Amino acid sequence: MKKVLVILLLATMGYYIAGSYFDIGFGQPHFVQGVKPVKDIYLAKTVKPLTVSNAVTSIVVNFRGFDTLGEVTVLFLAVTVLGSLLYKKRHAVGERSVLFSASSIVTSGSKLLFPAIILLGAYVFIHGHLSPGGGFQGGVIIASGFLLMLLAYENYSVSHTALSVVESLAGITFAGVGLLGFMHGGTFLQNFLPVGVLNNLFSGGVIPIIYIAVGFKVGAELTGVIYTVLHEKGQSNG
Amino acid sequence: MDSTLFSYLDYAVYGTAVLVMLIGFYGAMVKKSLLKIVIGLSVIDSGLNLLIVAIGYYKGGTAPIFSQGFIDNFKTVSKMTDPVPQALVLTAIVIGFGVTAVALALVIRLYRHHGTLNIDEIKDLKW
Repeated sequence: MKKVLVILLLATMGYYIAGSYFDIGFGQPHFVQGVKPVKDIYLAKTVKPLTVSNAVTSIVVNFRGFDTLGEVTVLFLAVTVLGSLLYKKRHAVGERSVLFSASSIVTSGSKLLFPAIILLGAYVFIHGHLSPGGGFQGGVIIASGFLLMLLAYENYSVSHTALSVVESLAGITFAGVGLLGFMHGGTFLQNFLPVGVLNNLFSGGVIPIIYIAVGFKVGAELTGVIYTVLHEKGQSNG
Repeated sequence: MDSTLFSYLDYAVYGTAVLVMLIGFYGAMVKKSLLKIVIGLSVIDSGLNLLIVAIGYYKGGTAPIFSQGFIDNFKTVSKMTDPVPQALVLTAIVIGFGVTAVALALVIRLYRHHGTLNIDEIKDLKW
């Protein structure tokens, strides 16, 4: 009975949500005729003053840079809440929650793959202003490399001190580069470096610096999350 | 030919995205296990992200990246898809990760205290 009611409710909801989108039409221009859409202005400014190739990067780091600072803060807050909810005494590292040990194929393979995964992650966030990807994606790739190592080796451990140092330094870099904009241009996150030539590695002013900082921060935070959740066993009824 | 093709794509793309959202809502509302509820919440996220990215697509549009090939072949930026929804979805994915992580931490704490994940057996509000 309850399931029938839920399905009826969801069917009504889906009908109206989908109906409003069918009216827009997939792939059709849906801005008011005669008004210049915001995307044209963003795309034009991406090329001319900013000299960034990837328009998504220029929006995330420059036009909506303050929003990204808030987003990074939310991620930091989530990691902090996770750590405090799964709190343990200092130095009392819990047992691994994965009880079986990995086979020798996994252990030797992951030893081979780990440097390549870290390299790919670094490549993705260093080239965030030129190609698809960026700080968040590169950070997640790096964290997945650490996940592989943590799953393959039972006694592999990550230093929490190093993780928090990397995370804090990256956060300070982001906020500091933003504040330096005050001294040079008058607004937060204003560009104060030479922008260079389009499609070169050294182009875009402060945008690559900020995205590399974001990459380090996300990588460190996600590695911390994985480590915390993987080692939460032990101390029941805590 | 083009117009019929794109009208079918309306139903296919937006319909799929809304369907994924509804599956997530169903899981979050009907299932009894806390883990399945968390999975349902993250499935809602996926459907919503798909919907937002689909709005930004333009017929025949390219990725919003100014590569050398794009600059040589096209002179106008109106050939590009809308980058704003893509940037918003990038934010939404990160926030979705944060929500899932905190929800899973709460589930772990509840399991430690009650020894069960069934929400029908977790009756007391205070622990």
